[in-house]
Amino acid sequence: MPSTIVTLKLNGTERELIARPSTTLLSALRDTFGLTGAKRGCAQGGCGSCTVLLDGRPAVSCLIPVVTVDGCAVETVEGLADGDRLDDVQQAFVDHFATQCGFCTPGMIMSATALLNREPAPTRQDVTEAICGNVCRCTGYEPIVTAVLSAAESRRDGAAEGRHDSAAERRHDGAGERHRDAAAPLSGKAAG
Amino acid sequence: MAIRQGRGYAAVNYPTGMNLGGDPSQALVHATTMGGFVVTLSSVDLGQGLRTVVAQCAAETLGVPLENVIVDTADTDTGPHCMGTFASRGTHRVGNAVIMAAREAREVLLRVAADELEVDAEDLETDGTGFVRLKGAPEKKIHVSEVALAAHFRQGRTISGRGIFLKEPSTPVPETGEMDPDSCQAHACTVAEVEVDDETGVIEVLRLYNTYEVGRALNPAIATQQVEGGAWMGLSHALFESTEPYYPHSREHGPLDFAAYLMPGPADLPEQTSVFLERPAGNGPFGAKGIGEMTANAPIPAIANAVFDAVGVRLTSMPFTPEKVLRGLDELRAGRAG
Repeated sequence: MPSTIVTLKLNGTERELIARPSTTLLSALRDTFGLTGAKRGCAQGGCGSCTVLLDGRPAVSCLIPVVTVDGCAVETVEGLADGDRLDDVQQAFVDHFATQCGFCTPGMIMSATALLNREPAPTRQDVTEAICGNVCRCTGYEPIVTAVLSAAESRRDGAAEGRHDSAAERRHDGAGERHRDAAAPLSGKAAG
Repeated sequence: MAIRQGRGYAAVNYPTGMNLGGDPSQALVHATTMGGFVVTLSSVDLGQGLRTVVAQCAAETLGVPLENVIVDTADTDTGPHCMGTFASRGTHRVGNAVIMAAREAREVLLRVAADELEVDAEDLETDGTGFVRLKGAPEKKIHVSEVALAAHFRQGRTISGRGIFLKEPSTPVPETGEMDPDSCQAHACTVAEVEVDDETGVIEVLRLYNTYEVGRALNPAIATQQVEGGAWMGLSHALFESTEPYYPHSREHGPLDFAAYLMPGPADLPEQTSVFLERPAGNGPFGAKGIGEMTANAPIPAIANAVFDAVGVRLTSMPFTPEKVLRGLDELRAGRAG
């Protein structure tokens, strides 16, 4: 099969690449676009460190041939912060020591982001199910669960006060709409 | 058949650093023109928080705010030598080297400030907020950024310091094997509470209580994280992680993926309670000992002891699989029947 031109809406910006049939979404992100936030851990869909949002749903990008997602919206961890200002989920990870070596962190944050976009008031079980496809070897998970629950709470508080910071604002237009009908992760162990 | 509860504990003494026939780490500290203090190292932060902790050591020693310290590390081609981040040595060895370097830099800082203020350097102190001030007359003061500018552009001096911590070589005494292998030892005890299903053999760890004597916890939040993350790893070794049946029986069929290599996930966590006892070590940076590796140790035998307490089965090899528990129960029943 020949290479084809693939168009992605990458963190809100339309980007094109020439992709071989075997090129994964992860490889396109890292090697073509230089977005190295998504990590290549197991390359088998088992560790979740490559998790990105694909049309709002968490997906293990190492298993997805990029030609099959032509035209899709892809969000990576690089798209969350507003300049140097972390978004609320990222800030919660910092505040609650939810990261050590950092290798799982981008995937964790994207899984958590997908959860909070579709479920503003998650239970602890919702959180553990949402991140159960993301392997962490350092923290013992507890600080991560705490961070996600805390981010959900602060986002609800922000919404209740009618305060819209830029991160919340961004979610309410565009991305948030898609997330509402997001049902389950696309593939791999992310489904739990 | 029933769910049976048990409680067990285990304790560990763990060395901080090794001897290695001489085990050094070096550090350099210098001031930028703006009064930032760069700590140059080649020690690697694996995520354990070394950069944070050595920045704390430098700021405390220099007497400047933490924000004024910049840690530049992990280029082993060009940085001051470090043996590495292993053997729970980082905080202790590197912290000591950084303190030594920061002390020397502080002396120069005070001498430069003394010339600017036209006073004796011995009469000066840092206030921790970024000023050098005259003891007893705190209104007479100068900001470290001004001191740094003066050093660079008026006085022609470098505000800098050199530090090294060397664990000196120690050769074993041939007759006794006695030697000096480490810098100090940290101590810990973990209590595990478990439930064992004596029908299925499944062990669930409900709670872990961790008590650590760490010298001094330089950063209690990071230390707690290390203790509880390490306990998770210990729990994982105790109950799940194994390369069986593939290794060592056949190297041709290694564990292929995370589906064949089990680990507890975020839904399988015990409640953890962690407490620190602080007995500062004489040779530690501000009294700290290392607690990197030891944190996975005590939970494993504590869980084994808790299983023994619950169902009377003495487990001697990891992981403590349901099969091993059930075989143990069978043996107990056979023993009773015989």
